[in-house]
Amino acid sequence: MPGLEDLYKEIILDHYRNPRNRGELPPPACKTEGFNPLCGDEIVVYAHIVDDQIVDIKMGGQGCSISQSSASMMSQAVKGKTIDEVKQLTNDFKAMMSIPGKGAASSSEADSAEAIAAAKAAASAGDAGNIAATTAGAAEKPDLSMGDLSALKGVVKFPVRIKCAVLSWNTLLEAIEQAEAS
Amino acid sequence: MPVDFSTIKADFPIFDRQINGKPIVYLDSGATSQKPRAVLDAMDNYYRNHSASVNRGAYQLAAEANDLVDDARASVARFIGAPSSNEIIFTKNATEAMNLFAYSWGHANLGEGDVVVISEMEHHANIVPWHMLTQSKGIELRWIPLTESGELDLSNLDALLDGAKLVSVTAMSNVLGTMNPIRRLADAAHAVGAIMMADGSQYVPHVPTNVTELGVDAMIFTGHKMLGPTGVGVLWGTTELLDAMPPFLGGGDMIMQVTKEGFTTNALPHKFEAGTPMVAEIIGLGAAVKYLENIGMDNVREHEVSLTAYALRSLKERFGDDITIHGPSEPASRGGLLSLVYKDVHPHDLSQVLDQANVCVRAGHHCAKPLMQLMGVNSTARASLHVYNDESDIDALADALESADDIFGGLGF
Repeated sequence: MPGLEDLYKEIILDHYRNPRNRGELPPPACKTEGFNPLCGDEIVVYAHIVDDQIVDIKMGGQGCSISQSSASMMSQAVKGKTIDEVKQLTNDFKAMMSIPGKGAASSSEADSAEAIAAAKAAASAGDAGNIAATTAGAAEKPDLSMGDLSALKGVVKFPVRIKCAVLSWNTLLEAIEQAEAS
Repeated sequence: MPVDFSTIKADFPIFDRQINGKPIVYLDSGATSQKPRAVLDAMDNYYRNHSASVNRGAYQLAAEANDLVDDARASVARFIGAPSSNEIIFTKNATEAMNLFAYSWGHANLGEGDVVVISEMEHHANIVPWHMLTQSKGIELRWIPLTESGELDLSNLDALLDGAKLVSVTAMSNVLGTMNPIRRLADAAHAVGAIMMADGSQYVPHVPTNVTELGVDAMIFTGHKMLGPTGVGVLWGTTELLDAMPPFLGGGDMIMQVTKEGFTTNALPHKFEAGTPMVAEIIGLGAAVKYLENIGMDNVREHEVSLTAYALRSLKERFGDDITIHGPSEPASRGGLLSLVYKDVHPHDLSQVLDQANVCVRAGHHCAKPLMQLMGVNSTARASLHVYNDESDIDALADALESADDIFGGLGF
């Protein structure tokens, strides 16, 4: 049985205790809400997107330490990034959570069982940097660092909590889709 | 006759299992209960020795399967004091039972502006079917509010019931443990010409139940919360009510006659049981009912009141203001469902910490989101009891709660 120290790293608790980029943004920023219908967690994303770039982002909602710290770290990681970079980062993060990638940077390899297995192996080996290369293919990939986010890799050992960790990312993707549609 | 509850756990094979070398502390019976050997054996016996389709074959095996199902139906009827076993309709679960009722009775009896009264402590299964009728038929849904202590606020009941055609309220809240005055509500409903439905999902498994004494016209409950298997629930209704309801699902078993021009329906209970039923599960539920009857539902209730009192007292003594337990504080007026808030630890995190000690509790909104909004939270951690629990389980819960301090103790929001 994995120990809780794999899950509740100090940096995660720090983001939970002191969430970054907490608040709201007025229109024209997009606002999207994400819910986890199983546990009731909620995430609100305010993303101000100008010329394919996230120029500002604020986060709201309430939930467990994993969902809220992931949201806080995500907001730091994506601020100032281009949409393509954010989609890449999302794929990388989901790969770390052993979820096959899709979207702009996905490859057929990323959907394969081997890629997932490799992601899991990399996650347990503790090298988050390798995961993106393994699953999304190294070519044409922007150089993106997972930074604090790699602290969440222990979540993969607690499969029930993976949906907590990815809730904010899916909610951000919806905001991006909304911006792209308008 | 006094019952030795210390031997009950031995009847449940799952408690022979250890996880990481430690016993399982199962405190999630409000979600689903564990199953005694008697239930497992009854289902196994059907598949090994009596497996055949029911209501069809003329051969010996089929007759035996029929007898087993009939016996289970009679047992369930006896268990809730139903006047006739034909009033026991087997469904997939309590949710399907409520949907059957809402669809069949609702479509036949409700129209634009007709009023259905529910309460703010209902499970989604007693909310969403009525929302659906609001959308499809334009009915009006009214909500009985709650008091601060988590009980129904009936101070304005007359106004709420004005024009009501149906009152549908849970007999025991799955979040607060509150036991509601079903008889009083039924009498008030009948006084204005409405009918009364009770959601017995958390009540029937724990409290001696007699539908006639409760005064209700219909009730739903589910097998898997009362030591029976998943996949079988019950809609009970009076013969008068069920006879007047149109069928829900069409197909085999529910017909008397089918021609190219149309069909006629079978008698109760078959009218509402289209297709091959969940034979093994029905038999398993019958065995669960007999197991509970053997202990005696008065004894079950007494055991759980005493254990709830112990939990309320010991958790409060140990944690003081660091713990909040929602719902009525008087054990005799509530069930063994304890929604806990411990310090500032999020329920999802709390259940993860408790899991390290194999303490199984439910974290979430318990399918009662309107109630969660009222309580100002989006989830709680809920410990819930059944016959196999004892004081050692409560002590294990308390010990595990304390270990949450190791991780979240310094949070200090």
